[in-house]
Amino acid sequence: QEFPSPEEKPQFPGASAEFAERLEFIQPNVISGIPVYRVMDRQGHILSPSEDPQLPKEQVVKLYRTMTLLNTMDRILYESQRQGRISFYMTNYGEEGTHVGSAAALDDTDLVFGQYREAAVGAAYAIKRADANRAVICYFGEGAASEGDAHAGFNFAATLECPIVFFCRNNGYAISTPTSEQYRGDGIAARGPGYGLMSIRVDGNDVFAVYNATKEARRRAVAENQPFLIEAMTY
Amino acid sequence: AGRAPALHCPADGVSQVTVRDALNQGLDEELERDERVFLLGEEVAQYDGAYKISRGLWKKYGDKRVIDTPISEMGFTGIAVGAAMAGLRPVCEFMTFNFSMQAIDQVINSAAKTCYMSAGSIAVPIVFRGPNGASAGVAAQHSQCFAAWYGHCPGLKVVSPWSSEDAKGLLKASIRDDNPVVMLENELLYGVPFEMSEQAQSKDFVVPIGKAKIERQGSHVTLVSHSRPVGHCLEAAAVLAKEGVECEVINLRTIRPMDIETVEASVVKTNHLVTVEGGWPQFGVGAEICARIMEGSAFNYLDAPAVRVTGADVPMPYAKILEDNCIPQVKDIIFAVKKTLNI
Repeated sequence: QEFPSPEEKPQFPGASAEFAERLEFIQPNVISGIPVYRVMDRQGHILSPSEDPQLPKEQVVKLYRTMTLLNTMDRILYESQRQGRISFYMTNYGEEGTHVGSAAALDDTDLVFGQYREAAVGAAYAIKRADANRAVICYFGEGAASEGDAHAGFNFAATLECPIVFFCRNNGYAISTPTSEQYRGDGIAARGPGYGLMSIRVDGNDVFAVYNATKEARRRAVAENQPFLIEAMTY
Repeated sequence: AGRAPALHCPADGVSQVTVRDALNQGLDEELERDERVFLLGEEVAQYDGAYKISRGLWKKYGDKRVIDTPISEMGFTGIAVGAAMAGLRPVCEFMTFNFSMQAIDQVINSAAKTCYMSAGSIAVPIVFRGPNGASAGVAAQHSQCFAAWYGHCPGLKVVSPWSSEDAKGLLKASIRDDNPVVMLENELLYGVPFEMSEQAQSKDFVVPIGKAKIERQGSHVTLVSHSRPVGHCLEAAAVLAKEGVECEVINLRTIRPMDIETVEASVVKTNHLVTVEGGWPQFGVGAEICARIMEGSAFNYLDAPAVRVTGADVPMPYAKILEDNCIPQVKDIIFAVKKTLNI
């Protein structure tokens, strides 16, 4: 039997990596974290033509109309809540792009979970076994990502190789708790690689960026049977 | 936080104090009295509490005594239990007890059982508190009553206040108790004012855990209840009094250990028993009361089977008309009394 040379790779079952001879801690990179993918500048001009999804005009109008409809619905329902006519309502003001951009990128037969991170993974697993061209998308806020369910969801999605897109809306606050008290790492996107998830951070106010990221994540989640994590920054 | 402004009846020091303000006073007094006491939970600090129960406390006591946590009940409950084991006295707030299900392993296995499992050497002096049971229009996943679930477990004390006096006195008693205590409040009661005597408003006023209170004396039927339905029982008693039926209304105050002796003494007097609770019927608080009455001395004094008035055995609906009919109403209590009295 040949013995490995002194230049050998570690043989630990828990991780695949090189040896290091210098004591050095990995610093969590919160000063310049994961970059924010965008398609448009602040004035709405497409920055790079290759990133333009080139959607037909009617579809773009539909996106705009749906976002405006959502905004209007919010106003009516919020006022209903303040009048005591309904019990509880949370508005989407400012975040319309995250919902509409991502939903536009899905197929009609895809499953949408508005919460329930691990249940979404279970559904994705069932869909994978049925071998249909379907994906699951699971929406949650950056606060809800603190729940143990999120940890279990991410981990199971990766180990079970599920066609799921985790869509995190990071709007900086959970009720009144700011992100500085919710977590100390580089947001939610930075957690993805820790679980083995393909991850991206996008400008949630840029509907084309949200669309592009979700479209590609969905396509690959189904084609490659692996989970994706999208963190949409918004306010 | 200071005393909340209250309407005064100047003559005898009695004030109208809401349950919210009573809880706030209780927390303020216990934080001041013992520096090991601290409050943690979601939104308890800077937001003054999701229901404003901890209004002003973060401002007064600071980051070390009032702590906003990330959204992980499993996480912060476990941390609170550990802190209690190491000598602090945490008050762990659940935004509602529905969310305590995320942390139930910590409440039962880490908190409730540890004193026993350590042969008494590790105490867990923790209070779990928050709104329990039905609110208004918050639907199935936010309306469950946990009195039966937590009342089932040895190692826990479980209290369920109704009035402001109950709320403040039981909160103070719970914080001073060296055992894990689950305090089941009620969101709809937070804004309700009750009379509080001068004595009840004092810093040393404590309501003993494990003792029920007779809110109204009567001789024809015993109504036993806890939390918000106690108010409904008193309303039903007022209506029935006009028809010549005098109800004795017992406010349990504590679910575990239950003061069954007070119930037994009342049943011996009235010979009739109706239990009233907001929770589901199966394996509930009323079921336990009936079982214990059967097993004890009062059984022979019953002139009719005991009747339970409970929440409907369905997940709480969202539609208001359905929700209203899933919660015990005054008319349901009156119906049950007349049924057991055969009138």
